[in-house]
Amino acid sequence: MPDAATLFTLCWEFFKAGLFAIGGGMATLPFLHDMAGRFPWFTEAELADMVAVAESTPGPIGVNMATFAGYRAGGIIGGVLATLALVLPSFIVIILVSKALAKFRDSRIVSDAFDGLRPCVTALILSAGYSVFRITVLTPEAFAASGSLADLVSLPAAALFVCILALSLLWKKAPPIALIAIGAAAGILLKL
Amino acid sequence: MVSLWELFTAFAAVGTMMFGGGYSMLPVLRREIVEKRAWSNDEELLDIFAVAQCTPGVIAVNTATYIGYKKRGISGAAAATVGVITPSIIIILIIASMLTNFAEIAAVQNALAGIRVAVCVLVLQAVVKLYSACRKSVVSLLIFAAGFVMVGVLGLSPVWPVLFAAGVGLGWGFFRRKGDERDA
Repeated sequence: MPDAATLFTLCWEFFKAGLFAIGGGMATLPFLHDMAGRFPWFTEAELADMVAVAESTPGPIGVNMATFAGYRAGGIIGGVLATLALVLPSFIVIILVSKALAKFRDSRIVSDAFDGLRPCVTALILSAGYSVFRITVLTPEAFAASGSLADLVSLPAAALFVCILALSLLWKKAPPIALIAIGAAAGILLKL
Repeated sequence: MVSLWELFTAFAAVGTMMFGGGYSMLPVLRREIVEKRAWSNDEELLDIFAVAQCTPGVIAVNTATYIGYKKRGISGAAAATVGVITPSIIIILIIASMLTNFAEIAAVQNALAGIRVAVCVLVLQAVVKLYSACRKSVVSLLIFAAGFVMVGVLGLSPVWPVLFAAGVGLGWGFFRRKGDERDA
C-alpha cells in the first residue's frame, strides 16, 4: 500500500498534466518526460515501453499512460487515481464550456465560427488518418534510400488497405469492430 | 430519459474499441453515439471536436463528458467519462501487473499493423460522412484543403488551422449576410 503523500503527489502531477495537455493524448508526453526526471516512479526507458503499450491497447494514449505510470508509482490504487486526476481538469473545463455553448450556440458569431471550424476539424481528422496511413502503408525511408517508386508503398499493407476499402464500400453497414477484426487477422496472416 | 447505466455502457463500448488514440476512435464513437443511439449528430460532433481541440484533455474523454452532460447533467457527464476510461484502466492494469513485454510479441505487432490499416479505412469513411455535415460551399472545401495541408502535410500544430478557420468562418458569415442584404 503506497503512502498517502506519494498518492497525493501522483494525483497532483497528473492533474497538472491533464490541465496543460491541450489537443489530445500525445500532448501528455512532455509532462511524463518531466516526471521521469523528477520522481522515482518510472525511468525514461520505461516511458518508451509505456508508449508502445499504450499504442497497442485500446484507449486514449494519454489515459493509458496515466494508468501505467500510476500503477508503477502506487499499484492499482495509484493507477486508478492517476487516471482520474488526469481527466479531472478536462471534465471541469468541458462542463463549463458546455454551459457556455448551450447559451451562445445560436448566436450569430458562434455559429459563423463553427461554419468555418467544421471543415477544418474534418481536415484534422483526415490528417490523423493520413499519419496512420503514412506509418503503416507508406515506407518513405525505403523510397528515400532507393529512389525507386516501387519502394514507396508496403505492398501487403497497401493490398490489405484496398481490400478493406472495397469491403467497406460493398458492405456499407459493416460495424467498425468487424473491419478492425479483419485487419487484425490479416495482419497476423500476412506478418505485416 | 437516458439512464446513467446506459451512458456508462455506451461509452465503455467506445472505450473498448479505441486503438491508437486521438481521432482513430472516431468511427466507433460515431457509430455508437450518432448512428445507433442518436444522442448527437455529425454537426454537433464536429463542434465538440473543435472545442476539444482547444481545451485540455483527450478528445475521446472530452466528447464523453460533453455528451454525458448534455443528456443527464453532471452525473451523466461523470458516468460517460468513467465509462470511456474504464476499459483502458482495466486492460492497462492487467498488462502492467503481468509485467510481460506485451508490445514486443510478434503476433501483437502484426495484428496492430493490420488494425492500423483498417483504422485508415474507417477514418476515411468518417471523413466523407462528416464533410457532408459542413456548409455546402467552395469556402468549406478551401478551409478543408488548407487544414489538411497545414497539419497532415506540413505537420503544424492544429492550433493554427483552428484559429484560421474560426476567423474565416466569421468573415464568411459577414460577407454572406451582406450579399443577402444586397440581393434583398
